[in-house]
Parts: sequence; structure tokens; C-alpha cells
Amino acid sequence: MPTMSYTRPDPEKLLRQIESDESRQTRGSLKIFLGYASGVGKSFRMLDEGRRRKMRGEDVVVAATQKERPAAVECLIEKLESIRVKLVDGHPVLDMDAILRRHPQVAIIDGLAYDNPPGWRTKSRWQDVDILLKTGISVITSLNIKYVEELAEPVAKITGRRATVTVPQSFLLSADEIVVVDAPVELEHQLADLREMALLLAADVVDRQLQNYLSSHGLEHSYGALERILVCITPRGDAETMIRRAQRQAARFHGEMHVCYVDQPNLSDDDKRKLDQLMAVARSMGGKTEVLAHEDTVTAIRRHAKEIDATQIFVGHSNRDNWWSRLRGNPVERLILESEGIDVRVFPHA
Amino acid sequence: MRGRLKIFLGYAAGVGKTYQMLDEGQARAKAGVDVVIGYFEPHKRIDTIAKTEGLETIARRLIEYRGTKLEEMDVSAILARRPQLALVDELPHTNVPGSEHEKRWEDVIVLLNAGIDVYTTMNIQHLESLNDQVHQFTGVQVRETVPDWFMREADEVVLVDLTPGALLNRLDRGAVYATEKAAKARENFFKLPTLVALRELALRQTAQEVDVRAHAAPEGPQEKVLAVVTESPATAMVIRRARRVASYLMAEAFAVYVGSPSGEVDKHLSFARNLHFETRVLSGEDAAAAIVDFAHRNGITQILINRPVGRRDLVFRLLQLAKDFQVTVVGHSL
Repeated sequence: MPTMSYTRPDPEKLLRQIESDESRQTRGSLKIFLGYASGVGKSFRMLDEGRRRKMRGEDVVVAATQKERPAAVECLIEKLESIRVKLVDGHPVLDMDAILRRHPQVAIIDGLAYDNPPGWRTKSRWQDVDILLKTGISVITSLNIKYVEELAEPVAKITGRRATVTVPQSFLLSADEIVVVDAPVELEHQLADLREMALLLAADVVDRQLQNYLSSHGLEHSYGALERILVCITPRGDAETMIRRAQRQAARFHGEMHVCYVDQPNLSDDDKRKLDQLMAVARSMGGKTEVLAHEDTVTAIRRHAKEIDATQIFVGHSNRDNWWSRLRGNPVERLILESEGIDVRVFPHA
Repeated sequence: MRGRLKIFLGYAAGVGKTYQMLDEGQARAKAGVDVVIGYFEPHKRIDTIAKTEGLETIARRLIEYRGTKLEEMDVSAILARRPQLALVDELPHTNVPGSEHEKRWEDVIVLLNAGIDVYTTMNIQHLESLNDQVHQFTGVQVRETVPDWFMREADEVVLVDLTPGALLNRLDRGAVYATEKAAKARENFFKLPTLVALRELALRQTAQEVDVRAHAAPEGPQEKVLAVVTESPATAMVIRRARRVASYLMAEAFAVYVGSPSGEVDKHLSFARNLHFETRVLSGEDAAAAIVDFAHRNGITQILINRPVGRRDLVFRLLQLAKDFQVTVVGHSL
């Protein structure tokens, strides 16, 4: 059976939810066609959607097109109303005044990653799009993965060329819908890497949508589509190995790593320093860290695992002494017995 | 030479897998390739049916089963016809009892071995190792599954993507199922969060399939994964989870049972072999000691095992002995 349950929302969550609901009611929706190569048909797919929406009675306007347009794309543009871009010092800039005055339901903006000319009101086109969304205009737009700011480095490594204009990933994560325009590639490595990146970025956007949907409906539900590993460290275990393994596995699964420790009163200053250093190491590897307030250790870990929707918990245990005899009430054992639905991976410590 | 296999992967009925497969088949035919339709399920979808026009269809084979005549893909007829490329819809399909193979994907292997290229379609929820996860969030136990290694051996996996909103529109317009069936589908798979989650799984799986085709095994020590088989029905979940972990880590996978296997255990072991595990039956009074010994001799890096049923469970004994490898207690509940 689905493990869906209604829970009393925590007040802060509720507030965030109300705020996000309010902004969603007035904000236009953002749909992105994401590609990883030029010529895969982003423009066509986007404009074709515009055509279909117009047929369904939506008020659609084309607010930016690409300079070079294949015949099939041209044909679609002709079927739709257009507001031309302005040319400022040779830079194409959205005609914001005209768009806002016309205030269509949907604006189609081909090419999200343009920079506006120096001295313009906004630095980049995505900021103009953000303004349109805030006024309640929905935007359909296209983007090549190479222009995503956070991916500029890895993309440059693959292609040998660094994009000069970028869009922050956080803006993409706010999208209501994302579609990967997935042209099949016959094992061409360079494109394969970009294709993988595009698919994973889209998966992250989709994951965000799922979380938003669940929180706005007050649902707690574990789907586990994204692997989230929670590493629980102590001053005495081999925490570094656990973090390294978690990081490697998170990378292989394209998942997330979270690292935590429970702030117990018996921790010495030295212990805390050591733990905080380890947390810093985890953060430098892209992990998220959290110090859990002291209560029962197992309860604290289980609660945190639930909050972050963990699929795996990494813990260490020691084989020293007569571990077996001290087993009654052993936290690792309790964690295993009480963590239904989550994998618990136990690391031996010398 | 073995034929090339291309899988059109989706996350639900109606996203357009068959349409895209036929569309690409048409393009290949136009380019001079000898293309036939090996199996096609029309589902009364007009746009999709129109896409078959001009392509030769191999007639289905009639099989009588308990007084009913059922139709299956005619593998022998396709082999006799010897096309360059065969289009085969609905890969996870289970054939009528009495057919040569139990599963359509086994029929596809026959075609590939005969040097025929195959284009085929499937949804992410039919991938064996995702079975428990999909059950957990849909409440549906998918019976028709395709082993992960089959997908891994495909030359290409293409994602057929559509946003869940657009898919629900299609469903409501009656473009996916007839009205009655559509209403029922709305209650099952076709809920927004379910579709979003399935789509996320499909995106991540496709990314993974792209990854393994573009790159060699990851750096670092070679992982070896061991699944512990017990009588418990939950063993199937341990095996699937171990399969998934091993696939992602590009690790070898083993499954062991300690003792003399019952019928249940034999089923688990054969399930594991079907998913390309190496299986062993060990003997020994102390199951944990036998497993640890096997792990040492075979360089196992990770052991996966069922959740304990009590405090004296094998799990805890294993943890006590496992000094140089990790033990993962698989969290899925029955």
C-alpha cells in the first residue's frame, strides 16, 4: 500500500507553504525545453506547444525567436502573434514595455540565456523572464544545458569551450515544467555526457516539483526516486571512510549526501572540533550537514532521516570488547530494528 | 553478427513510446532499411495506427489456450522473413502458456541473435530492480518485469518524455484509453505525484544508461556485492536491491544460502540467477560464519540482508563477525 499519511504540519512549514501557494497563484508558470546540443529541435517543440495552446484557446505571443530559423520553425512562428525583440547595440533585448502592455497569458521566449547590453535595466534575459512571471504571464522558453551556471565548469571540460552567458540553476529549479529535448546519440561521448547532465538536471527539477506538490498538499510520502544517503558520524568511528564511501555512492547514484552527528553532552571540545572538521570536509564534497539536538540518539537520527527523505543511513559500529554482551540497547541494533523502509548500512570500526 | 537493440523507455501508457518507435521505423524504412512490424498493439489510438502505414506487418501467431484463441508475436515468421529491423511493441509482455518462451524479451533475444535489429518499447515500472520501489508508491505490484541486464545490453536507451500534466490531458481527452478504462487508470497509476515520481525514475535511469555506455567502470576498488538468501519472501527485495546497487557500482553480484535449500529458497536462488547473480549454497552449522568466510574468500565489499525479525537474528551475528566489509540491512517492508 502507498505509505501516504496526513500529518500535523509544522508551523514553519505551513508558513512557507502558504507563502509559496500565494506566489504560485499570482505567478505565471515557467516551462523550459532543455537541450544539450543545437539543432535537436528545442525551438520547434516549444513553438509547436505554443500553437497547440493557441488552438486550445490560450492567448499566446512569441516574444523572442532565434536569429537562424529553419523553415519548419518559421512556419510555426507565422501562425502566432509576435512582439519583436529590440536591437540595442546589436544585442537582442526583450521588448518588456510592449509585452507588459499586451500582457498575454503565455509568452514564448526562445533562448533564455541571453545577456542584455551593458547598462541595461537587467543584466540577463532570465531576469526579464522572472519579471514577466511575477506579473502573472506564463513563459515557455528554451535553454541549452551549457548555459547553466553551475554546470559551466564540467561542460567546459567536455567541450573545451566555456559559455560566456549563464542562467543560475536555482532559476531552473523554480520551473513548473521541464522537458528534455532528447535527441538520440549514437554513443558519441561528448554529447553523451551533456545528455546525461540534461537528464539529471531535469530529474532534479521534477524532484523539486514532487516535493512542492507533497508539501502544498500536506502529504508526507516517500518515493525514494532520488537516493539520499544520511551518514551518522561519531568522534570514535572511522567517519572519513564512511563519508568517502557515501560520497562515491551518492555520485554513482546521482543522489545526495547528508552528514549529521548528535550533539551529546558527553562530547569533549576536542570531539566537537573533530566532528566539525569532518562536517566541513563533507560540505566541501557537496554534502549537506546538520548537527542534531540532543535527545535519544536513535530517535534524533530517525527523525532527521525522515525529514530529508533518506533512502540509506550509514552508521558505524565497533567490534571491540564484548560488543555482543553490550548489545541490549545498542543504538545500531535499535536503529536497524526501527528503520523500516530505509536501508541501514553498517560500517565496521576497528 | 548480433542485431542492435534500441529501447524506447517511458514512464506510463500514453507518453508516446510506440508512436516514436514507429516514427523512427518509418524514417529508417525511408532511408532504405528493410523494416517490419513484429508486434504492434494499436490500443485504438488513431495517430499511432496511422504511423504504421506503409510498413509491412508480420501476422501474429494464433495460440489456443483453454479454449480461447490468443495472439502472440510470430518469431518464426519474422526469422523466415529476415528483415534488417523489427519493431516490437510492449517488451515486458508475458506470452501465453505453451509459447516457446515465457517472455517477449526472450523472443527479442532470438531475433537479435539472428542478426535482426530490434526497436522495442517499455515503461520504467517494468524494470525488475525497481519493482519494490514502484510497489511502495503506486500500491501496484507489477508482475511483468524485464531484468536489468537486458536493458544494460541494449545499444541505446531513448527516453520518451512528456510532462505529467500533458499526459493527464491526453488521458482526459480519451487519447490514451477508452473513457471507462481512463477513469480507472486515474485511480491507479495516473495520479499526479505518482506520474511525477515515475518520470523522475525514468529520467534518472536513462541518465544512468547513458553514463554506463559512455564511461568505463568508476575508479577505486572494484566492488563485489553479496545478497544473503533466506526462506523469507522479503529475500526477493534484498535481491532486487542488491541488483540495483551492483548495477550502479558496476560490481559483481553474488547470492548465497547456508543450509539445504527448500523449494522457497530454490525459487529465490533461481530468481537471482535470472538477474545474473552468481549463486552458491554453503554448508555450515553457523550461518553467519559461513557467510563471512565466503565473503573473505571472494573479496566481497558489501553484504545485503533482510531486516531482522528479532534480536537474535542472523543480521546481528553477522554484524559481530563482519570486520572488513559493510553490511546493509535492506529497509523495505512487506
